[in-house]
Amino acid sequence: MAGKTLYDKLWDDHLVKQRDDGSALIYIDRHLLHEVTSPQAFEGLRLAGRKPWRIDANLATPDHNVPTTDRDKGIDGIVDPVSRTQVETLGKNCDEFGILEFKIKDKRQGIVHVIGPEQGATLPGMTIVCGDSHTSTHGAFGCLAHGIGTSEVEHVLATQCLVQQKMKNMLVKVNGQLGEGVTGKDVVLAIIGKIGTAGGTGYAIEFGGEAIQNLSMEGRMTICNMAIEAGARVGMVAVDGTTIDYVKGRPFAPKGETWDAAVKYWRTLHSDLDAQFDKVVEFDGSEILPQVSWGTSPEMVADITGAVPDPAKEEDPIKREGIERALKYMGLKPNQAITDIKLDRVFIGSCTNSRIEDLREAAAVVKGRKVADSLKQAMVVPGSGLVKEQAEAEGLDRIFVEAGLEWRDPGCSMCLAMNADKLGQGEHCASTSNRNFEGRQGFGGRTHLVSPAMAAAAAVAGHFVDVRELLNPATGEN
Amino acid sequence: MRAFTQHQGLVAPMDRSNVDTDMIIPKQFLKSIKRTGFGPNLFDELRYLDEGKPDQDSSQRPLNPDFVLNQPRYQGASILLARSNFGCGSSREHAPWALDDYGFRVIIAPSFADIFYNNCFKNGLLPIVLEEKIVDQLFREAEAEEGYQLSVDLDAKTVTTPSGESFSFDVDDFRRHCLLNGLDDIGVTLEDAELIKAYEDQRRQTAPWLFGAGQ
Ligand code: SF4
Repeated sequence: MAGKTLYDKLWDDHLVKQRDDGSALIYIDRHLLHEVTSPQAFEGLRLAGRKPWRIDANLATPDHNVPTTDRDKGIDGIVDPVSRTQVETLGKNCDEFGILEFKIKDKRQGIVHVIGPEQGATLPGMTIVCGDSHTSTHGAFGCLAHGIGTSEVEHVLATQCLVQQKMKNMLVKVNGQLGEGVTGKDVVLAIIGKIGTAGGTGYAIEFGGEAIQNLSMEGRMTICNMAIEAGARVGMVAVDGTTIDYVKGRPFAPKGETWDAAVKYWRTLHSDLDAQFDKVVEFDGSEILPQVSWGTSPEMVADITGAVPDPAKEEDPIKREGIERALKYMGLKPNQAITDIKLDRVFIGSCTNSRIEDLREAAAVVKGRKVADSLKQAMVVPGSGLVKEQAEAEGLDRIFVEAGLEWRDPGCSMCLAMNADKLGQGEHCASTSNRNFEGRQGFGGRTHLVSPAMAAAAAVAGHFVDVRELLNPATGEN
Repeated sequence: MRAFTQHQGLVAPMDRSNVDTDMIIPKQFLKSIKRTGFGPNLFDELRYLDEGKPDQDSSQRPLNPDFVLNQPRYQGASILLARSNFGCGSSREHAPWALDDYGFRVIIAPSFADIFYNNCFKNGLLPIVLEEKIVDQLFREAEAEEGYQLSVDLDAKTVTTPSGESFSFDVDDFRRHCLLNGLDDIGVTLEDAELIKAYEDQRRQTAPWLFGAGQ
């Protein structure tokens, strides 16, 4: 009999009941909540007279709507009354049901996918869900983690289970070593560029190979975060020493004997050598260059040394139309060099790239340099209050501010522009977030997805530039 | 939940692949704490020429005449014909809520994004996957013939054209059963409460670190 994949193991360990019709009841260990996708679920619970099944499995924080300035004012600092109501509603619901919430003034508040791992509320081997598609992030810890809709939020609150169909197994293997200046973000953008935004639909993706094993937890989280942009609800990386070191000592992590028992189990969380995958895709890590998205879908990416595609060269009529529509929306010309794309704003943040390592990478690039005069704004939004604190302890905030970047308070911010931070019509933004859909960062706004280092380099140049030239000015050509 | 058994209705063809949930319902409308009222803002950025804001009277806004749902012949459509990877992106259930509130009951496409597909079933909305070439054919017919209607039978798992041509589709038994009977998923799961408790007890023994928050 063939061995099991990591996904198979996680599935089997959480199976409460296999039903005859092919569906299964899967137990959920951790449920994360935020203000946007939970109010209707709590309301449903109340209307049906139900109670949460297991209070201690839940952890909540407001993140999508919170302002990134004036945070000492707390909820009163939220100018938009509708946003304020949503944040207040989360607070009321958590208080009513006794759910732990990191409220807006708590320094542990932050983007839900940043605070879970940071607190150790994300532990290897867990099933983790949240009413947010980027829950795949937590798969970096060898978890089975995915986004759910609001009806399922209610379902998990009420039953601690989900009704699931088993997905297929896909292995994305990145072999070899990554080049200098190439980060987890570039790797995942290159993967999506190749397999497409529907390439992973119906699959749980495990990311493996030497290049992935060599990444820090931050890098792995960035990659798993964007599994959903490749169409896969679930992205995962096997547990290894890097995972266990990261978890150790975090507030929710086990201690003493329980820790030892947990580690023993966690060490088994990898695919068996003889495990069978339904699909395998391989990449050579040394060939991946810094990536920039030029279009309105995360699969529309190019190497920094490349150019915007020419729709005339595309044979598939639906794809050709897609490219034409994207170029029109983005205000770009066919064959235009990526380095010729001028920018209006730069956003460093989001659940993809707002952790301490991301901020360190960006700071290393802007240190001793200045943001280009042509930019209207460049901002850095840390992923949580604790990331902010850490960055300030390391002096990163001063590096950013001296270079002319704004240093903000934690939240989703311009990733989806539900708060006051947004793009104006037609503005180009180098963004470390995960979606470049039309209007995502503001009505008519034009998003280019990049790594933190590439965003920082773009901030300095005012247009896209190969970050390797800034990291290594002696060898780079201009 | 509203049951779905059969439905016959006018078809609106939306010829665009990778329609994401940001496009179906833009973020400024996600601030509502209700499940209803999203219909006027369905496809907001494509449908109107101005920028949509919450709490505004959408009947006064300038319509984009090029957008398919604004064409007189598609008024009252209840079946949306779409292209591949429909509903990709954010997990927001506001997307099926908006489609439902607008009046759609069925969406037909060659493929759907997983989370969106799942969310539809929770709201009495039926997503149907048909082969690309059949979808192509339906697009051609719907565009050629004004007032083009399809009938959908969930029990028989068929889609039938006005000329009587019938296509069968697949849907998993559990989802079909819940939708046909308008069952509340949570109620069905709670029938297994004892099993869930037994699983939990066993896990408390074997993996105690999963229980009790840190703080
Ligand atoms: S940072 Fe962006 S993608 Fe991440 S949870 Fe917030 S809005 Fe969603």
